[in-house]
Amino acid sequence: MRVMIIGCGRVGSVLANQLDEAGHEVVVLDRNQQAFRRLSEKFSGERIVGNGLVDEFVRPTLEKKTDILFAMTDNDNINLMIAQKVKLNFHPGEVIAVVHDSILAGLYKELGVETVCPTDLVIKDLLQRLQISKESV
Amino acid sequence: MYIIVVGAGKVGYHLARLLMTESHHDHEVMLIEKDRAKVNLLSVEFHDAIMEGDGSTVEALKEAGANRADVVVATTGNDEDNLVICQIVKLMFLRPRTIARVNNPRNEELFAGLGVDASVSGTKLINAIIHEQVRAGDMMIPLLTLKAGDIEIVEVQLTRSSHIVRKKIKDLTLPTGSIFIAVIRGEEVIIPYGETEFQPEDKVLALVKRESEQALRELL
Repeated sequence: MRVMIIGCGRVGSVLANQLDEAGHEVVVLDRNQQAFRRLSEKFSGERIVGNGLVDEFVRPTLEKKTDILFAMTDNDNINLMIAQKVKLNFHPGEVIAVVHDSILAGLYKELGVETVCPTDLVIKDLLQRLQISKESV
Repeated sequence: MYIIVVGAGKVGYHLARLLMTESHHDHEVMLIEKDRAKVNLLSVEFHDAIMEGDGSTVEALKEAGANRADVVVATTGNDEDNLVICQIVKLMFLRPRTIARVNNPRNEELFAGLGVDASVSGTKLINAIIHEQVRAGDMMIPLLTLKAGDIEIVEVQLTRSSHIVRKKIKDLTLPTGSIFIAVIRGEEVIIPYGETEFQPEDKVLALVKRESEQALRELL
């Protein structure tokens, strides 16, 4: 699979490392060169320094067939704008925006933007643990 | 009208102030700003008409009463925030019209495609005004110089403000030593005659003697 990851933060970098190791073709974009330090030494994918909201930086990657794009900078609104823009302009196979605001994440699903909400996932996990500890009492 | 303005930067602040002081209108205004220091500073002037909050969240917009607003204007310096503000309003509150400030003029089309009712780009506005101000005669481009510079073929791009637009050649007094040789309208090339009427987007080719160039410039 060919994957583009916009935002090489704590989550983005680990995702990039793992997909690369699993043999996928990975392109990582971040506006800060220093962010690529988080990638492992073995990382063999492409690194692009640039702004994910500017077509010039994403076009070279997305002009080729791309199976999935993750918009996962630390800013919800940027991720939502990237996701919608890229869908309109380049039509990659799938686009997923990481959105920390739980209400926004739900709202944009109605607009047809696929979102993943880390906040919801943590809450779900914590509630499950609560359930387990209750059962063990 | 009830108008919500998001972002108390220069644009948002002055817009809100203008709306509130327009005495002939009975506008109710709410300014939403996420920087607490700015809110504190401006609350002296705005009293209850300013609130602290992130305007790109459902909570803040709800608190501001977006469900009964007539217009929501997103004026922050970040296009991604302005887009999300307008989209939330459209999805959650239905009623208000949304207006976004577009910081990067290239985003204007995108915003329209993503459901924002209207967008305003400062760069585009200023650019449009400049083009209105520039007279067609000032945009005369020499194409070819003949007879060691005595005669020139020039090209002039007409605009809405050109003097000869909507006029027929037979009604114009061309300076001696000049003649229109072609009018380029889109893909079409017109060999002009008396009945030819100039349109705002026309490109006009003219043959002109050096000494008549200034006069032709003034005519256009």
